[in-house]
Amino acid sequence: MENSLLLTYLLLIPFIGSIVLLFIKAKKENLIRYFGLGISVITFLLSLVIYFNFDSSNSSFQFVHKFKWIENLNIHYQVGIDGMALLLLVLTTFLTPLTLISSWTSINKKVKEFTFFMLFLELGMLGVFVSLDLFLFYFFWEAMLIPMYFIIGIWGGQERIYAAVKFFIYTMAGSLVMLVAIIWLAIHASNYLGKFTTDLVELYSVAPLFDLSIQNYLFIAFALSFAIKIPLFPFHTWLPDAHVEAPTAGSVILAGVLLKMGTYGLLRYNLPLFPAASLHFASFMSILAVIGIIYGALVAMVQTDMKKLVAYSSVAHLGFVVLGIFAMTQESMQGAIIQMINHGLSTGALFLLVGMLYERTHTREISYYGGIAKLVPVFSFFLLVVSLSSIGLPGLNGFVGEFLILLGSFKSTVLNSWWYTVFASTGVIFAAVYLLWMYKRVVFGKVINPKLDDLTDLNKREIFVLVPIVIFIVWIGIYPSSFLNVSEKTSDKIIEQVLELPKAELK
Amino acid sequence: MIDLIYLAVFLPLLGFLINGIFGTKIKNEKVIGLIGSGAIGISFLIVVGAFFETLSLPADQRTNFVNLFTWMKVGTLDVSFAYQVDQLSLIMALVVTGVGFIIHVYSIGYMHGDKAFWRFFAYLNLFIFAMMNLIMADNFVLMFLGWEGVGLCSYLLIGFWYDKDFEKSTTSAAGLKAFVVNRIGDVGFLLAMFLIYLFFDSLKFSEVFSRAVSFDVPEHIFMLITLLLFVGATGKSAQIPLFVWLPDAMAGPTPVSALIHAATMVTAGVYMVARTSVLYAMAPTTMMIVAVIGVFTAFFAATIGLVQNDIKKVLAYSTISQLGYMFLAMGAGAFSAGIFHLMTHAFFKALLFLGAGSVIHAMHEQQNIQHYGGLKKYLPITYGTFLVAAMAISGIPPFSGFFSKDEILWFSYTNLGFVFWLIGVITAIMTAFYMFRLYFLTFDGKPRFDEKQTHPHESPKLMTVPLIVLAVLSAIGGFIGIPEIFSGAHGNVFHSWLSPIFKSANLKLSYFGAHSHFEEYLLMAISVAGALGGISAAAYIYLKRPSIAANTVERFKSIYTTLWNKYYIDEVYDATVINPIVNSSRSFLWKIFDNKIIDGLVNGLAKSISIVSSLIRKMQTGIVQSYALVMMIGILLAFFWIILSL
Repeated sequence: MENSLLLTYLLLIPFIGSIVLLFIKAKKENLIRYFGLGISVITFLLSLVIYFNFDSSNSSFQFVHKFKWIENLNIHYQVGIDGMALLLLVLTTFLTPLTLISSWTSINKKVKEFTFFMLFLELGMLGVFVSLDLFLFYFFWEAMLIPMYFIIGIWGGQERIYAAVKFFIYTMAGSLVMLVAIIWLAIHASNYLGKFTTDLVELYSVAPLFDLSIQNYLFIAFALSFAIKIPLFPFHTWLPDAHVEAPTAGSVILAGVLLKMGTYGLLRYNLPLFPAASLHFASFMSILAVIGIIYGALVAMVQTDMKKLVAYSSVAHLGFVVLGIFAMTQESMQGAIIQMINHGLSTGALFLLVGMLYERTHTREISYYGGIAKLVPVFSFFLLVVSLSSIGLPGLNGFVGEFLILLGSFKSTVLNSWWYTVFASTGVIFAAVYLLWMYKRVVFGKVINPKLDDLTDLNKREIFVLVPIVIFIVWIGIYPSSFLNVSEKTSDKIIEQVLELPKAELK
Repeated sequence: MIDLIYLAVFLPLLGFLINGIFGTKIKNEKVIGLIGSGAIGISFLIVVGAFFETLSLPADQRTNFVNLFTWMKVGTLDVSFAYQVDQLSLIMALVVTGVGFIIHVYSIGYMHGDKAFWRFFAYLNLFIFAMMNLIMADNFVLMFLGWEGVGLCSYLLIGFWYDKDFEKSTTSAAGLKAFVVNRIGDVGFLLAMFLIYLFFDSLKFSEVFSRAVSFDVPEHIFMLITLLLFVGATGKSAQIPLFVWLPDAMAGPTPVSALIHAATMVTAGVYMVARTSVLYAMAPTTMMIVAVIGVFTAFFAATIGLVQNDIKKVLAYSTISQLGYMFLAMGAGAFSAGIFHLMTHAFFKALLFLGAGSVIHAMHEQQNIQHYGGLKKYLPITYGTFLVAAMAISGIPPFSGFFSKDEILWFSYTNLGFVFWLIGVITAIMTAFYMFRLYFLTFDGKPRFDEKQTHPHESPKLMTVPLIVLAVLSAIGGFIGIPEIFSGAHGNVFHSWLSPIFKSANLKLSYFGAHSHFEEYLLMAISVAGALGGISAAAYIYLKRPSIAANTVERFKSIYTTLWNKYYIDEVYDATVINPIVNSSRSFLWKIFDNKIIDGLVNGLAKSISIVSSLIRKMQTGIVQSYALVMMIGILLAFFWIILSL
C-alpha cells in the first residue's frame, strides 16, 4: 500500500517546485530555467516509476489515495489512475520538460513568472488526469485555466489579449455549465446513495440508473464543456486564435495535453456516468466529429499561417478521436486513446518546429518561405517525419490510431452505418494535402526570399527536444503494443460500462 | 533461406539508415554506392536462396510463413509483421530485388557527382524496403504499410531535385500530385480492408481467402470489396481515372523512373489483384470492370504516346498502357499471364528507361527526341540494348514481350471476347509504332543536334553493364513462359509454378468454349504482323518521309492537339475538383463560416458582455464582483448553448 502515495507525490513536486521558485531572485534567469527543468524532469522520472509499477492486467483504478477534504460536503481528496490516465499522465510529464527546454531562449522576459506558470500548469493537468472526485476534478480543471490564460496573455503575440480572453470566456462558459451539472448530479445521486457525494467511483454505480432525460441533460452539460476543450466542431474557433497568439510552449501544451482533457473527460465522465445518454447521443456526436474531420482539414488546407494550419489540423485529428470514442468498439476505443497520445506527440512537435522557425524569422507566413531544405536540412528532416506522422503514414504513430478508429467505427453497431467511416476516411486524403502542400511551399523549391539566406539550422538543444518525440513517433508506429496493452483493460471496461447498461431499478 | 526472408526485407532498411544518417559524413560515392547496392544485392541472394528452397519442396508445401512480431492486436484484430513466402511473392521479390539491384548499380554511375548522392541511395533503399513489405506481407495491413511506403519514396524521389523546375511547375509539385492522387486510391484500399474485416473478421490473407470460399457472403459485398481494392490499384498502377500523376512523376531522376515508375512500384496494383484473386473470382462484375478499365487505359495511353516528344513521357505513357494490359489479363481471369507480363515488362521497361537515361546523359539533359537522331554511332551499347527492349515491348518473337503480351491477348479473346482482343491488338500496333518512332528518331537517321557543340559519348561500364544484363533478360526472359502450343508436353513452366496460388480463384471462374490451336496460331500471326506493320510504318514515316508526319499533324490538327495535351485531363480535374474545393474552402468555409458566422456569434456575445459589464462596472468596484459577473454571464451563455444543442 505504500504505492498509494505516488500520485500525491507526483502532484506535490510541481506544486512545491513552483512555491520554492517564488523565492528565487528574478534576475537569476538561468538558475530559474534549470530549476524549472529540474523539477519537471523529476516529475517525469516519478511518472516513469508509476508507469513501471502499474499493473496493466488490472482494470480498476490504481495508486488510489483518499482522505477527507471538505467534511461538511463529504468531498474527498481522491486520486487514482487507470491505463488511459497513465498514458496521458506520462505524456504530460514527458512534454513539459521538452517545452521548457524549447523555451530556453525564446522566453526572455519574465522568466520567473513563465516558469512558475508552467509548473503550475503541469500541476493542474496532472490533477485533472488523476482526480477521482468530481469536485477535485473541477478544481484542477479550473485551476489549469489560469496559468494558460496568463501564458497566452503575457508571452503571446500581438493579438494576445483578444486570444486569451476568447480562450478564457469560451472555456469558462463550458466549465460553469459543468459545475452546475456536477452539483445536480451529486444531489440527484444522493437519492440513490442516501448521502451527498462527489466520489466518482460511487457515482459510477448509481448515475447510470438515472432516467434517460436526466442523463441527457447531464450528458449535454458535461459534453459541452468537453466539446469546447477538444475542440469539437462548431466550438473550435477559439483554438486558432489561442494557438497563433500563444508562445511555442503554450501551443505545445495546449495541443499536446489540454485538448486531450476534453476527450479524456468524455471517456472518464460522459460514457461511464451516462451510458444511456451516451448511446442516445452517439450518432450526434459522431456526426459533429466527422464534420470536424473534413471541415478542419479543408480550412487547414487554405491557411497562410503555419500555426493556424496546424491548429485547424487539430480540429480534424481530434474529430477522429471523438469518432473513435462514440463508435464504442474495442478497436475504435483503443484507437482513440492511442490517437490522443499520437496527436500530443505529432502536433506538439509541429508546434515546436514552427516555433523554432519563428524564433529565427519572426514570421509564420508560408509565403515568406520556400526552398529552405537547402538551408536547414536538419529542420526539414524533422518537419518531414513529423508531418508524415501527422498524416497517418503507416509505420509511424498516426496510422495506428486512425486505422483502429476507422476500422472500429466501420463495424460499430452503435453507429450502425458505414457512412461515418466513409466520410471520415476522406480526411486521410486532405491531411496529405494540407501538410505536404505546406511542406512543399516552405521546404521545397528555390530560395526566392533573400532574407532567408542567413537562416541557421537547428542547434543541439533543439535537436535534443525533437529526438525523443521522433523516437516515440516511430515506436508507436512499429510496436504500439507497449501502449495499447496499457490501455486495453480501460477501454474494455468503459465499453462494458456503456453497453452493459444496468437495468434501471424502480424506486 | 526461407526463414531468413526477413533479412531480405530489412537489409535495405539498414542500408537506408546507414546512408541516411551517416551519408553526409561518408561522402565517398563508392562507399555509399556499395552500401546501397550491397544491401539490395544480398537481399537478392537471400531471395534466390529462398526460391530454390521453395522449389525443392513438394508443390503443396510451398507456402511458408515467417512471423516477426505483433503489430496491432486489439479485439479480434491481430496483425503482425509477418511474411508469406510463396510462389507469387517469390517471383515478385526476385523481380524487385533483381531489377532493383541492377538499377542501384546503374545509379552509381548515373548519379555520379550529385550533391545529394547519399540521399538518393538512402531513398532508393527505403523504397526497396517498403516494396518488399508490400509483396511479402501475409496480411492486408502490412501490405498497406508497404503500399503507402512506396508512395512516400516515390514522392521523395520525384521531388529529389527539389529546387528544379519541371514543365510549367516544379518537381516538388509533381511529387505532391503523385502522393495525393495515390492517397485517393489508398482510401479505397482502406475501406476495402474495413469491409473485409467486417465480413471475414480477419485481415490475414490466408484466413480471409479460406473464409471467402467457406463463409456465406453475398456477391455484392465481394463486388464492393474488390472494386474498392481496385480503386487503390488504379491509383498505384496509374489506371483511368487516377493515372494523371505518372507522367508528371518523370520529374524524378531517370533511374527512379526505371525502378519505381516502370518496373516495380506501379505494378503493385496488378500484384494486389493477383494476390486477392480469390475475392475477384467471387465478383464477376468487378472482373469485367477491371478488364474494361485495363483495355481502355492501354488504348488511351497508347494514343497519347503517339505524339509525345519527351523521351521519358513516351515511356511513361507506354508504362500506363502496358499496365493496362496487365489489368486486362487480371479481368480475363488470366492471373498468371498478367504476372508473367509484369515480369517481362519489368525487364524491358527498366531497360528502356535506363537506356533513355544513358541517352539523356550523353545529350546533356536534353529530353526532346526531335533534337536527337543518329545516336547509334555514338552510343553503340545503349543503341543495341534499346533495340532489344523496343522489340520486346512491340511483341516481336522471340523476345520476352511477345510471349507475355500474346498470352494476354489470347486469354482476352477466349475469356472476354473478340472486342477486347481487337482493342488489344490495335494498342499493340500503336505500341510498336510509337516505340519505333522513338527509336528511329533517337538512334537512326541524321543527327538533329549540333555535332560540333554536343559530343555524345557512351556511358561508363557501371551503366552499360546493367543495360546488357537487362537486355539479355528482355531477350530470353520469355522462354520460361512458353505457351503450351510451342512447348508441348512440358507445359507452361511459369504457369504451373504459379498455379497453386490461383487454384481457388480459377476453380470459381469457368470460361466456356473450346478453342482450336489453329485459332491461337492465327491470332498470334495477326498480332505479330500488326506489330511489324507498326514498325514498318514508323520506319517509313520517320526515316524516309518525315513530311508525312508533319502533314498528318496539319491535317488532324485538333486531334493532334488533344493528344498532345493528353486529352486535357489535368485541366478538367483542376477545373471540376481541385479548384472548387480549394476556393470554397478558402472563401466560404474559412473566411465566411468560420470567421464571420461562428466567430461572429461568439464575438457578438462577448461584445454584448463587455458593454453590459462596462455599465455594471460603474456601479461595482473590486475584482471579486467582476469575476462573479463573468460567471453569471457564462451561465447564461451556457444555457444558450444547451438550447442550441438540443
